[in-house]
Amino acid sequence: MESHVLSNIVVASLLAGGVLALLAARRSDLWRAAGGELLRRRPIALAVIAAFVLIALLDSVSWIGGGDPSAEGSVLALHQPRTVIDRLFPADFKERSYSAPLADFEFYDGAPLANPGAHLLGTDILGRDVLYLALKGARVALLIGGLTSLIVIPLALLMGVTAGYFGGRVDDVVFFVMSTLASIPTLLLLIALIMALGRGPVQVCVAMGVTGWVGFCRIVRGETFKLRELDYVQAARALGVSEARIIFRHILPNLMHLVVITFVLLFSGLVLSEAILSYLGIGIDGSWGQMIDQARDELARDPIIWWNLCAASAALFCLILAVNFVGDAVRDILDPRTLREKQ
Amino acid sequence: MFAYIVRRTAYGFAVVLGVLLLLFVLFFLYADPSEMALRAVGEKAPPEVLTQWIVNHGYDKPAIWNPEDPADTLLVEHFRRMLTFDFGRSDADDSPIAERIRRGMGPSLAVTIPIFTIGLVLGIGLALFVAYFRETYIDRMGVVLCVLGMSVSILLYIIGGQFVIGKLLRWFPISGFDPSPSVVARFLALPVLVGLAEGIGGSVRFYRTVFIEETNRDYVRTARAKGCGDGRIMARHVLRNAMIPILTRVVVSIPFLFTGSLLLESFFGIPGLGSMTVDAIQGNDFATLRAIVYIGALLFIVAQIATDIAYTWVDPRVRLE
Amino acid sequence: MSGAVLRMGDVVTSFPGPEGRIPVVDGVSLAVEAGEVLALVGESGCGKSMTALSAMRLVPKPGRVDTGTIELAGRDVLGLSVSEMRRVRGGDAAMIFQEPMTSLNPVQMVGSQVVEAIRLHERISAAEARRRTIELFDRVRVPDPEERFETFPHQLSGGLKQRVMIAMAVAMRPRLLIADEPSTALDVTIQAQILELLRELQRELGTAILLITHDLGVVNELADRVAVMYAGRLVEEGERSQVLGSPRHPYTQGLLQSMPSRARHRERLHEIRGVVPRPHDWPEGCRFSTRCERVIERCRTQVPGITEVSPTQRVCCHVVADEVAR
Repeated sequence: MESHVLSNIVVASLLAGGVLALLAARRSDLWRAAGGELLRRRPIALAVIAAFVLIALLDSVSWIGGGDPSAEGSVLALHQPRTVIDRLFPADFKERSYSAPLADFEFYDGAPLANPGAHLLGTDILGRDVLYLALKGARVALLIGGLTSLIVIPLALLMGVTAGYFGGRVDDVVFFVMSTLASIPTLLLLIALIMALGRGPVQVCVAMGVTGWVGFCRIVRGETFKLRELDYVQAARALGVSEARIIFRHILPNLMHLVVITFVLLFSGLVLSEAILSYLGIGIDGSWGQMIDQARDELARDPIIWWNLCAASAALFCLILAVNFVGDAVRDILDPRTLREKQ
Repeated sequence: MFAYIVRRTAYGFAVVLGVLLLLFVLFFLYADPSEMALRAVGEKAPPEVLTQWIVNHGYDKPAIWNPEDPADTLLVEHFRRMLTFDFGRSDADDSPIAERIRRGMGPSLAVTIPIFTIGLVLGIGLALFVAYFRETYIDRMGVVLCVLGMSVSILLYIIGGQFVIGKLLRWFPISGFDPSPSVVARFLALPVLVGLAEGIGGSVRFYRTVFIEETNRDYVRTARAKGCGDGRIMARHVLRNAMIPILTRVVVSIPFLFTGSLLLESFFGIPGLGSMTVDAIQGNDFATLRAIVYIGALLFIVAQIATDIAYTWVDPRVRLE
Repeated sequence: MSGAVLRMGDVVTSFPGPEGRIPVVDGVSLAVEAGEVLALVGESGCGKSMTALSAMRLVPKPGRVDTGTIELAGRDVLGLSVSEMRRVRGGDAAMIFQEPMTSLNPVQMVGSQVVEAIRLHERISAAEARRRTIELFDRVRVPDPEERFETFPHQLSGGLKQRVMIAMAVAMRPRLLIADEPSTALDVTIQAQILELLRELQRELGTAILLITHDLGVVNELADRVAVMYAGRLVEEGERSQVLGSPRHPYTQGLLQSMPSRARHRERLHEIRGVVPRPHDWPEGCRFSTRCERVIERCRTQVPGITEVSPTQRVCCHVVADEVAR
């Protein structure tokens, strides 16, 4: 199956999954109230995140054909899958090298541009439109946060609940694995994993997942210990309810608020980590971190080239800030103490 | 108490073995010796030179099982050498790794120790200040500033610092390192400042949360009821109890004093363990990477054992078991 | 009367809620005379603890005392500066709390905590304060007081911890001691000992006690007078024999009838129908109107005023007011 079709399917299933999750959450008073509270407290941050998500989704849906055949050089473009974001820009938008935002001429040469005044944020060293690159970075950022969380959270839940619920030898083994992984400084372990696994986007996400699950697992394990001792859980066990049922009906639902908090807080950390990996040369192609890395020495030039760095930094900062604000609000709203009061 | 230390250390040693096993899997099972040799010696080298390189760097043995001599495998060699700190030579340029590590520690510590100590004092001080004024707008402003600070990538702090302070204001050199005592401070100033700026947001946030949690506890209410002023409560009651979670965070960051900040050293040209690591990544130098990751892990484990033992000193509930 | 150690007049203490502030203490007036024990009774959430905290200006943020007057040992508490209030706390008035487990500083020796209480109010040497503390420990019957000085809270049982708290509170011979559910968290046998200790100290030091409790048995043991609270308001007040023996307010009557000891063998336990309303569900008029068996039309719209059933017994109830008027 071609990769762009796969990508479209993934997006479709993500959207479907998201809608299902929302419907399920709306049935619960607790989650509905929490959601409303979140909308009330952080409307701007949520709007910013929604905008980024929208851009990322638009950049994940692609198909072949439908371009303007009269534009120069677009014959090739007509046979490549192009996303919605791709189609927002003219097919042959590249220049030869740097140009300042909204300029008509190249930055160093002074030669006239192919698309004068059309590059809102200028072009980079290869002549690519900076606004276009910044928009495409959104998808990479959400991929990092989303895919990695998809690895971290189920893994941490599995190991944490198993260790916390069954205790004994099982707990000893899980705790040992956790201690071993946690003993290696995170960045070093990330580097080691990526050197071993390879440098593609999926490998990077897997590496970040492997380094990231231990922290959440520790929390899950601790909570499960406490939950197991609750009266109604003990009652269920005394009544002979199967362990699986107890875990799915009593333990896991009570961990969901931790899942939500962790997911949001983890997200920004992961995106920032990838930026560091990009600097080291082992990040994901097309990320804002990579843009920042490529733009590093542009500030040393005279006159300085600032638009590359600013665009990527601004995009990165806005998303991370919005996620952090939302994360704080989520943590306050889902604080177990306030949850208990509402119940 | 002594029994506890012994048990804890034994468990720590078991974790060290676990780490070594993980490193073995990552660095040996996934590595291809012929590729590494090619990269090191050059593509035009004759096959005998390649083979010699592989033998010299110990990659010629079978990985896990050798029917002729079970002790002569990569696995056993790896464990033996790591545990005896016999790191051998770099895969990239044949330099002795242990020697370079020793030389690199100094510059790394020169950067990270100021960041650590100043950051600690500054962080706790600011957090106490903000927590004292909790629920007022000083506190709210403080939190917002912290979140803003935490949302900026360290890359931007470095680039921004170099640009504004190094290029525009010309207060300190953009990069470089000279260990002679008269000038070393000038080269350290910028990396230390950047390191502090990057970390302060997260630290103050964390300490503030700890202080506020403690302030909400019942014993603080009792102290108030017997006439303790807010200042005294912060300094004598809250701070002492807050030391317990703060201790964890502090001790856990000690290993980074040695492994150094990869980014700071790389950007600012500090020849420490951090830039050694970056070079190793870019040169695919597995031998050096192995050694550095191992050292980092070892220090981490030692630090954790130290924390657990320190708890018994700080928290009387743990002490008198 | 000038003999009152604590006088609270129309005190309103509120907390921010989703739609404006909620008055958890809604116009409470009471007085504790010198040397007497006034029990403030009510179910959980009725505002009795907040009333006590208001008297000491210890209401946790974001709550605050909005209006009313509070006079402690003749001084206007609400008008005092922060440092003056600090001198009152632990000096003229002291407070002990419900959970001895968490109310003591876990990393400080219990003796040091009492020493701190003393040295905050009196300039004496550390050695002298230590001596006084050991004496206090002896007085509250902590066995081996010298050794116990250097123990940490987690090494002591609940009862011992509570004794330490009491020692800390009475160290400066306060004129008022506020005890917020002092025995609730303790075992039954220890409860009796603590209450006994409080009674002894009260007689010996002449301290007035404002006793917060939901346990009518405790009231019977210690109280001289009783005040009953419901949903932030006082509903009845009087001598112990009057309130426990011949209560006039329907709520008090319901409470006493519900006590298992009052039920006859094999009879269904009496209960007050309904549940205590949450602050946002408080009805207009009398707050008990939704559950009262003797409710009349006026109860639902008008807040009942104070009716003096006798010189020493007062009730806030329209039905009782009508009875007395006849």
